[in-house]
Amino acid sequence: MSKFKKKKKGLPAISTASLPDIVFMLLFFFMVSTTMRETDLLIKKPFLPTASEVKKLEQKSLVSTIYVGKSKDTRISGDKIQVNDKIIDVKDVPSFIFSERALRKEEEVKFMTTSIKADKEASVGTILDIKEQLRDINALKVSFSTTKGSDLKSNYK
Amino acid sequence: MARRENSEINAGSMADIAFLLLIFFLVTTTMDVDSGISRKLPEKAPQDNQDVIVKQKNVFDIVVNRNNQILIEGTDYVKVTDIKRLAMQFIDNGGGVGNSVDGKPGEPCDYCNGAKDPASSDHPSKAIISLQSDRGTTYGMYVTIQNEIEAAYNQLRNDLSNKLYGRSYDLLQSDYNDDPTESLKAKIDNLKDKYPQIISEPEPIK
Repeated sequence: MSKFKKKKKGLPAISTASLPDIVFMLLFFFMVSTTMRETDLLIKKPFLPTASEVKKLEQKSLVSTIYVGKSKDTRISGDKIQVNDKIIDVKDVPSFIFSERALRKEEEVKFMTTSIKADKEASVGTILDIKEQLRDINALKVSFSTTKGSDLKSNYK
Repeated sequence: MARRENSEINAGSMADIAFLLLIFFLVTTTMDVDSGISRKLPEKAPQDNQDVIVKQKNVFDIVVNRNNQILIEGTDYVKVTDIKRLAMQFIDNGGGVGNSVDGKPGEPCDYCNGAKDPASSDHPSKAIISLQSDRGTTYGMYVTIQNEIEAAYNQLRNDLSNKLYGRSYDLLQSDYNDDPTESLKAKIDNLKDKYPQIISEPEPIK
Protein backbone atom coordinates (compact mmCIF):
# COMPACT_ATOMS: atom_id res chain seq x y z
CA MET A 1 0.00 0.00 0.00
CA SER A 2 2.68 2.40 0.91
CA LYS A 3 4.49 1.55 -2.25
CA PHE A 4 1.42 2.40 -4.34
CA LYS A 5 0.95 5.75 -2.67
CA LYS A 6 4.48 6.68 -3.27
CA LYS A 7 4.24 5.90 -6.95
CA LYS A 8 1.17 7.99 -7.46
CA LYS A 9 2.76 10.94 -5.84
CA GLY A 10 5.75 10.71 -8.08
CA LEU A 11 3.89 10.58 -11.39
CA PRO A 12 2.17 13.84 -12.44
CA ALA A 13 -1.28 13.57 -14.04
CA ILE A 14 -1.41 13.92 -17.78
CA SER A 15 -2.45 17.43 -18.54
CA THR A 16 -5.87 17.48 -20.12
CA ALA A 17 -5.88 21.22 -20.39
CA SER A 18 -5.57 21.12 -24.17
CA LEU A 19 -8.39 18.64 -24.61
CA PRO A 20 -11.08 21.35 -24.53
CA ASP A 21 -9.17 23.22 -27.20
CA ILE A 22 -9.16 20.20 -29.42
CA VAL A 23 -12.82 19.55 -28.89
CA PHE A 24 -13.71 23.19 -29.41
CA MET A 25 -11.83 23.10 -32.66
CA LEU A 26 -13.92 20.12 -33.75
CA LEU A 27 -17.04 21.89 -32.54
CA PHE A 28 -16.30 25.00 -34.56
CA PHE A 29 -15.46 22.91 -37.56
CA PHE A 30 -18.86 21.24 -37.45
CA MET A 31 -20.69 24.44 -36.69
CA VAL A 32 -19.13 26.14 -39.67
CA SER A 33 -19.26 23.32 -42.17
CA THR A 34 -22.86 22.39 -41.57
CA THR A 35 -24.33 25.78 -42.16
CA MET A 36 -27.82 24.71 -42.97
CA ARG A 37 -30.25 27.46 -43.64
CA GLU A 38 -33.36 25.71 -42.56
CA THR A 39 -36.30 27.75 -43.72
CA ASP A 40 -38.84 28.39 -41.05
CA LEU A 41 -41.89 26.54 -42.12
CA LEU A 42 -44.99 28.68 -42.17
CA ILE A 43 -47.08 25.70 -43.13
CA LYS A 44 -47.47 22.50 -41.19
CA LYS A 45 -44.38 20.36 -41.58
CA PRO A 46 -45.04 18.24 -44.66
CA PHE A 47 -45.25 14.57 -43.95
CA LEU A 48 -43.29 13.22 -46.89
CA PRO A 49 -44.48 10.06 -48.61
CA THR A 50 -42.32 6.97 -48.61
CA ALA A 51 -40.76 5.51 -51.73
CA SER A 52 -38.34 2.73 -52.41
CA GLU A 53 -36.86 3.82 -55.74
CA VAL A 54 -35.32 7.06 -54.59
CA LYS A 55 -32.40 8.93 -56.02
CA LYS A 56 -30.23 11.22 -53.98
CA LEU A 57 -30.23 14.81 -55.04
CA GLU A 58 -26.73 15.81 -55.90
CA GLN A 59 -25.35 19.30 -55.77
CA LYS A 60 -27.49 20.74 -53.04
CA SER A 61 -26.59 24.24 -54.09
CA LEU A 62 -28.53 23.79 -57.31
CA VAL A 63 -31.71 22.65 -55.65
CA SER A 64 -34.61 24.98 -55.04
CA THR A 65 -37.24 23.67 -52.73
CA ILE A 66 -40.96 24.21 -52.85
CA TYR A 67 -42.99 23.16 -49.83
CA VAL A 68 -46.61 22.15 -50.11
CA GLY A 69 -48.78 21.47 -47.13
CA LYS A 70 -51.66 22.51 -44.97
CA SER A 71 -51.80 25.84 -43.26
CA LYS A 72 -50.92 25.91 -39.60
CA ASP A 73 -54.24 27.56 -38.97
CA THR A 74 -56.69 24.68 -38.99
CA ARG A 75 -59.54 26.95 -40.06
CA ILE A 76 -57.88 27.51 -43.43
CA SER A 77 -58.36 24.53 -45.70
CA GLY A 78 -56.55 23.67 -48.89
CA ASP A 79 -52.92 23.38 -49.75
CA LYS A 80 -50.48 26.17 -49.23
CA ILE A 81 -47.27 26.60 -51.18
CA GLN A 82 -44.21 27.95 -49.44
CA VAL A 83 -40.92 29.03 -50.90
CA ASN A 84 -38.10 30.55 -48.87
CA ASP A 85 -39.89 32.25 -46.01
CA LYS A 86 -43.20 33.14 -47.49
CA ILE A 87 -46.40 31.53 -48.63
CA ILE A 88 -47.08 32.16 -52.27
CA ASP A 89 -49.66 31.53 -54.93
CA VAL A 90 -49.16 29.01 -57.72
CA LYS A 91 -48.85 31.89 -60.17
CA ASP A 92 -45.78 33.15 -58.33
CA VAL A 93 -43.82 29.93 -58.73
CA PRO A 94 -42.13 31.12 -61.96
CA SER A 95 -40.90 34.31 -60.32
CA PHE A 96 -39.45 32.25 -57.50
CA ILE A 97 -37.59 30.05 -59.99
CA PHE A 98 -36.36 33.13 -61.84
CA SER A 99 -35.04 34.62 -58.62
CA GLU A 100 -33.33 31.31 -57.85
CA ARG A 101 -31.79 31.28 -61.32
CA ALA A 102 -30.50 34.79 -60.88
CA LEU A 103 -28.44 33.59 -57.92
CA ARG A 104 -26.66 30.92 -59.94
CA LYS A 105 -24.15 31.07 -62.72
CA GLU A 106 -25.61 30.94 -66.16
CA GLU A 107 -24.03 27.63 -67.08
CA GLU A 108 -25.43 26.02 -63.95
CA VAL A 109 -29.01 26.96 -64.69
CA LYS A 110 -29.74 23.91 -66.79
CA PHE A 111 -28.65 21.62 -63.96
CA MET A 112 -30.99 23.21 -61.48
CA THR A 113 -33.51 20.91 -59.91
CA THR A 114 -36.74 21.79 -58.22
CA SER A 115 -37.49 19.65 -55.22
CA ILE A 116 -41.13 19.45 -54.27
CA LYS A 117 -41.61 18.64 -50.62
CA ALA A 118 -45.27 17.98 -50.34
CA ASP A 119 -47.38 16.46 -47.66
CA LYS A 120 -48.77 13.08 -48.56
CA GLU A 121 -52.26 14.36 -47.85
CA ALA A 122 -51.88 17.19 -50.35
CA SER A 123 -53.95 16.97 -53.46
CA VAL A 124 -52.40 16.10 -56.79
CA GLY A 125 -54.13 19.10 -58.38
CA THR A 126 -51.82 21.51 -56.55
CA ILE A 127 -48.76 19.51 -57.54
CA LEU A 128 -49.86 19.36 -61.17
CA ASP A 129 -50.45 23.13 -61.15
CA ILE A 130 -46.91 23.66 -59.92
CA LYS A 131 -45.58 21.27 -62.54
CA GLU A 132 -47.44 23.16 -65.24
CA GLN A 133 -45.91 26.44 -64.07
CA LEU A 134 -42.46 24.85 -64.06
CA ARG A 135 -42.99 23.56 -67.57
CA ASP A 136 -43.93 27.03 -68.74
CA ILE A 137 -40.56 28.42 -67.75
CA ASN A 138 -38.54 25.38 -68.78
CA ALA A 139 -37.53 24.30 -65.29
CA LEU A 140 -37.90 20.67 -66.28
CA LYS A 141 -35.91 18.82 -63.65
CA VAL A 142 -38.19 17.96 -60.80
CA SER A 143 -37.76 15.72 -57.81
CA PHE A 144 -40.62 14.57 -55.65
CA SER A 145 -39.04 14.54 -52.25
CA THR A 146 -39.68 11.34 -50.32
CA THR A 147 -38.28 9.42 -47.45
CA LYS A 148 -36.63 6.15 -48.29
CA GLY A 149 -38.44 3.11 -47.08
CA SER A 150 -40.39 0.13 -48.23
CA ASP A 151 -43.54 0.72 -46.23
CA LEU A 152 -45.57 2.15 -49.08
CA LYS A 153 -48.88 1.42 -47.40
CA SER A 154 -48.45 4.40 -45.12
CA ASN A 155 -48.74 6.68 -48.16
CA TYR A 156 -52.42 6.11 -48.64
CA LYS A 157 -55.03 5.38 -46.07
CA MET B 1 -8.89 18.24 5.83
CA ALA B 2 -6.55 21.02 4.83
CA ARG B 3 -7.21 23.33 1.94
CA ARG B 4 -5.52 22.35 -1.26
CA GLU B 5 -2.37 24.27 -1.89
CA ASN B 6 -2.79 24.22 -5.63
CA SER B 7 -5.84 26.30 -6.43
CA GLU B 8 -5.71 25.96 -10.19
CA ILE B 9 -9.13 25.94 -11.86
CA ASN B 10 -10.05 22.43 -12.75
CA ALA B 11 -10.29 22.36 -16.50
CA GLY B 12 -11.09 18.69 -16.67
CA SER B 13 -14.81 19.24 -17.01
CA MET B 14 -14.29 21.77 -19.76
CA ALA B 15 -13.72 18.91 -22.16
CA ASP B 16 -16.99 17.34 -21.10
CA ILE B 17 -18.87 20.55 -21.73
CA ALA B 18 -17.28 20.94 -25.12
CA PHE B 19 -18.01 17.34 -25.99
CA LEU B 20 -21.60 17.84 -25.01
CA LEU B 21 -21.86 20.86 -27.29
CA LEU B 22 -20.13 18.96 -30.06
CA ILE B 23 -22.49 16.04 -29.79
CA PHE B 24 -25.45 18.41 -29.66
CA PHE B 25 -24.40 20.01 -32.93
CA LEU B 26 -23.60 16.69 -34.54
CA VAL B 27 -27.06 15.42 -33.72
CA THR B 28 -29.13 18.48 -34.52
CA THR B 29 -27.49 19.31 -37.82
CA THR B 30 -27.84 15.90 -39.36
CA MET B 31 -28.43 17.15 -42.83
CA ASP B 32 -31.33 15.13 -44.06
CA VAL B 33 -30.13 13.97 -47.43
CA ASP B 34 -32.71 15.23 -49.83
CA SER B 35 -33.75 12.25 -51.87
CA GLY B 36 -36.72 11.63 -54.04
CA ILE B 37 -38.16 10.38 -57.27
CA SER B 38 -36.75 12.47 -60.05
CA ARG B 39 -38.75 13.21 -63.13
CA LYS B 40 -38.03 15.19 -66.21
CA LEU B 41 -41.02 17.21 -67.29
CA PRO B 42 -41.87 17.31 -70.97
CA GLU B 43 -41.08 20.51 -72.75
CA LYS B 44 -43.90 22.83 -73.52
CA ALA B 45 -45.43 21.87 -76.84
CA PRO B 46 -45.35 24.48 -79.58
CA GLN B 47 -48.63 26.01 -80.66
CA ASP B 48 -48.80 24.33 -84.04
CA ASN B 49 -48.04 20.96 -82.53
CA GLN B 50 -49.42 18.03 -84.39
CA ASP B 51 -50.84 15.22 -82.39
CA VAL B 52 -48.79 12.09 -82.44
CA ILE B 53 -50.85 9.07 -83.18
CA VAL B 54 -50.08 6.17 -80.90
CA LYS B 55 -51.65 2.77 -81.09
CA GLN B 56 -53.93 2.08 -78.18
CA LYS B 57 -52.18 -1.19 -77.47
CA ASN B 58 -48.89 0.63 -76.89
CA VAL B 59 -50.36 2.68 -74.08
CA PHE B 60 -50.70 1.38 -70.56
CA ASP B 61 -53.46 3.46 -69.14
CA ILE B 62 -53.54 4.11 -65.41
CA VAL B 63 -56.33 6.25 -64.03
CA VAL B 64 -56.61 7.22 -60.37
CA ASN B 65 -59.75 8.76 -59.04
CA ARG B 66 -60.27 11.00 -56.04
CA ASN B 67 -60.87 8.02 -53.79
CA ASN B 68 -57.42 6.67 -54.64
CA GLN B 69 -58.88 3.82 -56.65
CA ILE B 70 -56.91 2.68 -59.64
CA LEU B 71 -58.27 1.63 -62.99
CA ILE B 72 -55.99 0.03 -65.52
CA GLU B 73 -56.61 -0.05 -69.28
CA GLY B 74 -60.06 1.30 -68.60
CA THR B 75 -61.33 -2.05 -67.45
CA ASP B 76 -59.48 -3.54 -64.50
CA TYR B 77 -59.71 -2.27 -60.98
CA VAL B 78 -56.39 -3.13 -59.33
CA LYS B 79 -54.43 -2.48 -56.17
CA VAL B 80 -51.41 -0.23 -56.25
CA THR B 81 -49.14 -3.14 -55.43
CA ASP B 82 -50.10 -4.85 -58.70
CA ILE B 83 -48.94 -1.97 -60.86
CA LYS B 84 -45.29 -2.95 -60.89
CA ARG B 85 -46.02 -6.47 -62.13
CA LEU B 86 -48.56 -5.34 -64.72
CA ALA B 87 -46.34 -2.53 -65.96
CA MET B 88 -43.41 -4.93 -66.32
CA GLN B 89 -45.56 -7.35 -68.29
CA PHE B 90 -46.67 -4.53 -70.50
CA ILE B 91 -43.24 -2.99 -71.15
CA ASP B 92 -41.45 -6.29 -71.60
CA ASN B 93 -44.08 -7.77 -73.87
CA GLY B 94 -42.30 -7.26 -77.18
CA GLY B 95 -45.17 -8.35 -79.37
CA GLY B 96 -44.13 -6.44 -82.46
CA VAL B 97 -41.29 -4.38 -83.88
CA GLY B 98 -39.62 -1.33 -82.44
CA ASN B 99 -39.19 2.17 -83.80
CA SER B 100 -37.44 2.42 -87.12
CA VAL B 101 -33.91 3.73 -86.73
CA ASP B 102 -32.25 5.74 -89.54
CA GLY B 103 -34.82 4.65 -92.07
CA LYS B 104 -34.32 0.99 -91.33
CA PRO B 105 -37.41 -0.89 -90.34
CA GLY B 106 -37.79 -1.57 -86.64
CA GLU B 107 -36.64 -4.86 -85.26
CA PRO B 108 -38.45 -7.12 -82.86
CA CYS B 109 -37.30 -6.96 -79.25
CA ASP B 110 -34.67 -9.69 -78.89
CA TYR B 111 -34.02 -9.05 -75.19
CA CYS B 112 -37.61 -9.04 -73.98
CA ASN B 113 -38.86 -11.86 -71.82
CA GLY B 114 -42.51 -11.02 -72.21
CA ALA B 115 -45.42 -13.03 -73.46
CA LYS B 116 -45.21 -11.55 -77.00
CA ASP B 117 -48.92 -10.94 -76.83
CA PRO B 118 -50.00 -9.13 -80.01
CA ALA B 119 -52.63 -7.25 -78.06
CA SER B 120 -50.06 -5.65 -75.74
CA SER B 121 -47.10 -3.37 -76.41
CA ASP B 122 -44.91 -3.83 -79.48
CA HIS B 123 -41.55 -2.90 -78.09
CA PRO B 124 -40.15 -1.27 -74.91
CA SER B 125 -39.19 1.76 -76.99
CA LYS B 126 -42.82 2.19 -77.98
CA ALA B 127 -44.46 1.32 -74.69
CA ILE B 128 -45.98 4.38 -73.11
CA ILE B 129 -47.26 4.51 -69.57
CA SER B 130 -49.99 7.03 -69.11
CA LEU B 131 -50.90 8.19 -65.63
CA GLN B 132 -54.03 10.23 -65.33
CA SER B 133 -54.96 11.41 -61.91
CA ASP B 134 -57.81 13.32 -60.44
CA ARG B 135 -57.17 16.71 -58.90
CA GLY B 136 -58.41 15.28 -55.65
CA THR B 137 -56.09 12.28 -55.56
CA THR B 138 -53.79 12.42 -52.57
CA TYR B 139 -50.17 13.12 -53.25
CA GLY B 140 -49.11 10.02 -51.33
CA MET B 141 -50.99 7.81 -53.76
CA TYR B 142 -49.57 9.67 -56.73
CA VAL B 143 -46.02 9.22 -55.47
CA THR B 144 -46.65 5.55 -54.76
CA ILE B 145 -47.76 4.95 -58.34
CA GLN B 146 -44.79 6.89 -59.68
CA ASN B 147 -42.62 4.78 -57.43
CA GLU B 148 -44.13 1.55 -58.73
CA ILE B 149 -43.56 2.62 -62.34
CA GLU B 150 -39.99 3.54 -61.51
CA ALA B 151 -39.60 0.16 -59.80
CA ALA B 152 -40.86 -1.65 -62.90
CA TYR B 153 -38.31 0.07 -65.13
CA ASN B 154 -35.52 -0.46 -62.63
CA GLN B 155 -36.35 -4.14 -62.33
CA LEU B 156 -36.31 -4.60 -66.11
CA ARG B 157 -33.04 -2.73 -66.43
CA ASN B 158 -31.56 -4.73 -63.59
CA ASP B 159 -32.53 -8.03 -65.19
CA LEU B 160 -31.12 -7.06 -68.55
CA SER B 161 -27.99 -5.68 -66.95
CA ASN B 162 -27.42 -8.90 -65.04
CA LYS B 163 -27.76 -10.83 -68.27
CA LEU B 164 -25.49 -8.59 -70.33
CA TYR B 165 -22.87 -7.45 -67.85
CA GLY B 166 -23.31 -9.72 -64.86
CA ARG B 167 -23.92 -6.72 -62.62
CA SER B 168 -27.16 -5.01 -61.76
CA TYR B 169 -28.13 -1.60 -63.09
CA ASP B 170 -28.20 -0.10 -59.59
CA LEU B 171 -24.66 -1.27 -58.93
CA LEU B 172 -23.49 0.03 -62.29
CA GLN B 173 -24.92 3.40 -61.40
CA SER B 174 -23.25 3.48 -58.01
CA ASP B 175 -20.00 2.39 -59.67
CA TYR B 176 -20.37 5.26 -62.08
CA ASN B 177 -20.88 7.70 -59.22
CA ASP B 178 -17.67 6.52 -57.59
CA ASP B 179 -15.63 6.36 -60.74
CA PRO B 180 -17.13 7.90 -63.86
CA THR B 181 -15.62 6.09 -66.81
CA GLU B 182 -16.70 6.06 -70.42
CA SER B 183 -17.30 2.34 -70.57
CA LEU B 184 -19.67 2.44 -67.60
CA LYS B 185 -21.53 5.35 -69.08
CA ALA B 186 -21.92 3.44 -72.34
CA LYS B 187 -23.37 0.49 -70.47
CA ILE B 188 -25.81 2.64 -68.50
CA ASP B 189 -26.88 4.51 -71.61
CA ASN B 190 -27.38 1.24 -73.44
CA LEU B 191 -29.67 -0.01 -70.68
CA LYS B 192 -31.59 3.25 -70.59
CA ASP B 193 -31.90 3.02 -74.34
CA LYS B 194 -33.21 -0.54 -74.21
CA TYR B 195 -35.88 0.36 -71.68
CA PRO B 196 -36.58 4.06 -72.06
CA GLN B 197 -38.94 5.63 -69.56
CA ILE B 198 -41.86 7.02 -71.48
CA ILE B 199 -44.42 8.33 -69.03
CA SER B 200 -47.23 10.53 -70.11
CA GLU B 201 -49.42 12.49 -67.76
CA PRO B 202 -52.57 13.78 -69.42
CA GLU B 203 -54.61 16.62 -68.03
CA PRO B 204 -56.14 15.68 -64.70
CA ILE B 205 -59.78 14.79 -64.35
CA LYS B 206 -61.62 17.86 -63.22
